[in-house]
Parts: sequence; C-alpha cells; structure tokens
Amino acid sequence: MDRVPLERKVLSENDRVAAELRARFQEHGVYCLNLISSPGSGKTSLLERTLESLPRRDRVAVLTGDIQTENDANRLKRFHFPVRQITTGGTCHLDARMIERHLADWRLEDLDLLLIENVGNLVCPASYDLGEAAKVVVLSVTEGEDKPLKYPSIFFKSDLLVLSKIDLLPYVPFDIDVAAENARKVHPGMEIVKVSCLMGNGLHEWMMWLAERRRAHKSLVQQTAN
Amino acid sequence: MHEMGIANSVLDAVRTEMGRHPGTYPCKVGVRIGEMSAIDPESLRFCFEAMIQGTDLESLELGIEVCPLRYRCQVCGREFVVRDYDSHCPQCASLETTYISGDELELAYLEVEEYGPSPVGAKSTQ
Repeated sequence: MDRVPLERKVLSENDRVAAELRARFQEHGVYCLNLISSPGSGKTSLLERTLESLPRRDRVAVLTGDIQTENDANRLKRFHFPVRQITTGGTCHLDARMIERHLADWRLEDLDLLLIENVGNLVCPASYDLGEAAKVVVLSVTEGEDKPLKYPSIFFKSDLLVLSKIDLLPYVPFDIDVAAENARKVHPGMEIVKVSCLMGNGLHEWMMWLAERRRAHKSLVQQTAN
Repeated sequence: MHEMGIANSVLDAVRTEMGRHPGTYPCKVGVRIGEMSAIDPESLRFCFEAMIQGTDLESLELGIEVCPLRYRCQVCGREFVVRDYDSHCPQCASLETTYISGDELELAYLEVEEYGPSPVGAKSTQ
C-alpha cells in the first residue's frame, strides 16, 4: 500500500477560475462584492435601493443568481445599469465558472463595481470563491438572532453583516443586539449595518461602507499599478 | 446541500491522480474538512458513497479529518483551538487573537495498492 500526498484544495478548479477572475477585476479596477443570504432576506431589495442611489453615470453592473426565473434581473433592470440573470437550474450556489461565463461580452474596463447576488442559501455559497473582493451577508430580523451561530461559515467569511428589515423589529421577537453579538462571536470585530430597504433606515451607512470600500480598492489598484 | 458537488470533485481528483499510478488501484482517499468550511462530513460521506456505487471506484474508502477552528494570540503567541466561538486566549485572556485555520476543504492523500498476481477484490480503474 502506498500513500500518495495530494495536498490541494478540493475545489481547486473553482479556485483557479476565481483567481483568474480576481486578477482580471484587479487589472481593470473593478470592485466586486458577493452578496449572500437565505432566500427572502432582502438581497434584491438592497440592490434595488443601492442602484437607485448610485449616479446614473456610475460604472456598475449586476449578476444575479437564482435557481429559476428572470424575476430578479427584471426587478433590477429598471435602474438602467447592465444586469444579467444567472439561472443555475437547480444548483444551490454560484460558482466561479458561472461568473466567468455570464460576464461574457461585458467589458471590464468599462466597469468600476460588480455586484453579485448569490442564490438564496446561507450555507453552500460560502464554499465557492467567485473572485470577489469581499462577501457581504444579509440577515433579516425575521430569521432568528442565532443564525450566525447555526451557520457560522458565511458569517466568518463575510466582511460585512447587513441586518435587514429592521422596520419589522416592533413586530418580531428578534433581539438585534444579540444577533450582532452572535455575529461577532463567530467573526470578532465584524462590521454591521442595520437597514430597512422599505423605510430607508441605515441605507446611508450601507452606501458609505460601499463607497469607502470602493475608494480603498481603487487606491490599492493604483498603488499596485505604479 | 452542495456535498454532492464536493464528492464529485473528490472523485474527479482521484481519477486524475490514478492516471499517474499505472498498475495500481485506489483504496482510500483522505480529505480535511474545517469546522468553518460549511461542509457537513456526514452529508459528504453519504453523497460519496451514493456516487461510487456501481462504478469502478465502488471499493474506495473516504477518510475524513475534521479540523477545528484555530487562532493565535497576538500578545503571547499561544496557538489554540476555539471552542464555542470563544476567541479569548486561554493563556493570557487577550482578545487580540487572529485566525490561523479551520476553513479547510482539502484533499490530503490517496492510498493506492498494486495489483497482485491474483488481485482479490481489485478492480480495474480503466
């Protein structure tokens, strides 16, 4: 019996494509975010409010993933930015190949920001690198404040937690401080914004976070280029 | 539930690796799964066993090593396993601790056996 060391990632093929994407994003100065949450937590609503707030001349594009339907792309197309739906046909997450394939004819040199809305799922998307600069996890107040403890991986790997639907707090037994505490148990120091896409609360903080990240990314890309 | 895809990737890797070891058949593949990898070891085993049934890899065993979340203390340098998300250093109680590992989803090894003159139970991988 011989034991042969393998010592590589199980998803090395996905990681290879993701690394190529990351290098392309870097080369063209595109800041890419991967938004992840359970189904119905409000990823698309957050994107609607985001696109609505961005200037029309901003160089932004969206890839939105679902198992079926073009519904999300149709919702997001109203804002006149390029939007493309990725229907996975049953797969519970996006992978790097899907991103590569759906970027297709988009010219990255014409973009500064790429927002990827993953398939609604708090587990599987955590395993697949899409070449993004950062993951953002959205958790709505109707889901239970112990979700970060039950599904730690995505909270651990995300730079930002968006606690959504806070306008519903008076009607649900959700302790937002406990939710934040749980997220920071899994991910010490995790950044958190609390938003209501319906009422507009917290959207300014979210947009500031996004603007700051884009600015930091841009200056990093410029430094690397020099 | 993406363990089916993960199991498939493991089997692809085994098939690729076997191309480098003519005259042998694979007995066991070892993987490392971190606590923070979002992979359920039992689901992975279930999917793996379902996928190898009736194939040339039917006798392949799956070895799973579950890797805990590990942090290092920035103050005293102690490396420790994080339990119940408590990231305080067990030596100096500092909270200035940083992640080392626990996100593994890795192929560790493959055990192969040479075909004997009368290979009992051995199957062709071709």
